[in-house]
Amino acid sequence: MIKIKFNLNGRSVETEVKPSTTLLDLLRYQLRITSVKRGCEVGECGACTVLLDGKPVNSCLILAARVDGRNIVTVEGLLKDSKLHPIQEAFIEEFAVQCGYCTPGVILTAKALLDINPNPTIAEIKDALSGNLCRCGAYHQIINAILKASEKIKTRT
Amino acid sequence: MSQNKNINLGYINLFNTHIIPVKFNYHAPQTLEEALNLLNKLKDKARVIAGGTDLIVDMKLRRKEPEHVVSLNKIRELDYITVDSLGVKIGAIVKLRKIEKEKIIRERFPALYEALKSMASIQVRNMGTMVGNICNASPAADTAPPLLIYNATLTAKSLNNERKIPIEEFFKAPGKTALKEDELVTEIFIPYPPQDSHSTFLKITRVGMDLSKVSIAVLTKFNGSIIEDIRIALGAVAPTPLRIRRAEEFLKNKPLTEENLKIVQEIVAKEIKPITDVRSTEWYRREVAKVLVKDALMKCLEEEGGR
Repeated sequence: MIKIKFNLNGRSVETEVKPSTTLLDLLRYQLRITSVKRGCEVGECGACTVLLDGKPVNSCLILAARVDGRNIVTVEGLLKDSKLHPIQEAFIEEFAVQCGYCTPGVILTAKALLDINPNPTIAEIKDALSGNLCRCGAYHQIINAILKASEKIKTRT
Repeated sequence: MSQNKNINLGYINLFNTHIIPVKFNYHAPQTLEEALNLLNKLKDKARVIAGGTDLIVDMKLRRKEPEHVVSLNKIRELDYITVDSLGVKIGAIVKLRKIEKEKIIRERFPALYEALKSMASIQVRNMGTMVGNICNASPAADTAPPLLIYNATLTAKSLNNERKIPIEEFFKAPGKTALKEDELVTEIFIPYPPQDSHSTFLKITRVGMDLSKVSIAVLTKFNGSIIEDIRIALGAVAPTPLRIRRAEEFLKNKPLTEENLKIVQEIVAKEIKPITDVRSTEWYRREVAKVLVKDALMKCLEEEGGR
């Protein structure tokens, strides 16, 4: 077993993992962060997306041992004073969710985009979402929701 | 949260997942010296993991079953991009996405920039490294054709030795490189292309995320209408990414006429050795390679005209 210590959604976590445990399995089964979804297992679908030091990555392709000392954010970490993040609000208002399986990953990818580019064009949104598949095909609503979230964030700050 | 406590975790872990089915020891050296010591000791029992986007998939699918995995991600001394008067040096654990965002890459190495931008997804580019892409030695590695036309050099280090390997001598076969079992590629050096040259990268894929069916990088330098310098490299059309020297020799000191273009297309079709696999047939790859050679050369010519 390997001892690791990292920051998860603003809190310090110390735990032990097997060498073969992926970050996805650590989050879902050891830490019960169930917003992170198991999808393709090979880094194509984006359902397991988390933010590693602020950048979207596929948690299915990361050995848990490698996040020692790093910063992880999942959708659970977006709540502030038990209020939804503007991106989450926009997703509800724009009905950007059908089955919901891709949604946590998409929201995190959108957050990483808006953090560095508060005014994305539709082309930039599509480019940012290239690693998040939505098999329901709700892309249209997802793009609208991200545009709306960008407005919300601007008017609030 | 409370209802989650009743879930039988052991059961879920085994159900409907491919958790990594390989038992291995994990090493996370803090310094390059520590890493080289490990490789010197473990030799072929160890696999190096830089970004892990290839190795972890291979381990899940049991295509690779290493006894030891040596992770480089804590070796900060390998995380650098330095720019000097000769070119750009990129350390072994620099993420693809970081290289893509570097201004000097976009401005001076457009073929490499286009290749990086076209690779997989942003998530994968936030994890994967260029040295990893090269060392994995896939014939379809997207950064290989650009690095070939820019005459990149790799630095390989072992505990007692350091050597430079020109990228053209690095690829030996699918998944096989010139690297010895105790060696580590620590850096890629990319010299600036000649002044007033043009370079470009093109590829054919089924959808954006897929591996390339055929990829190409071309560099040209014109003197008037005459081609003074020309470099052509293709990916996914042979056991390794490769330069097409015969086509280059033919075009050198000639104008890019329609007739010369046709001859170059035929030379390329002859020099490559594509296979039929899940992504394409041999015939298709050959035909598409011809089209891409023309498209890439025409793009360079257009840039020259618009200069």
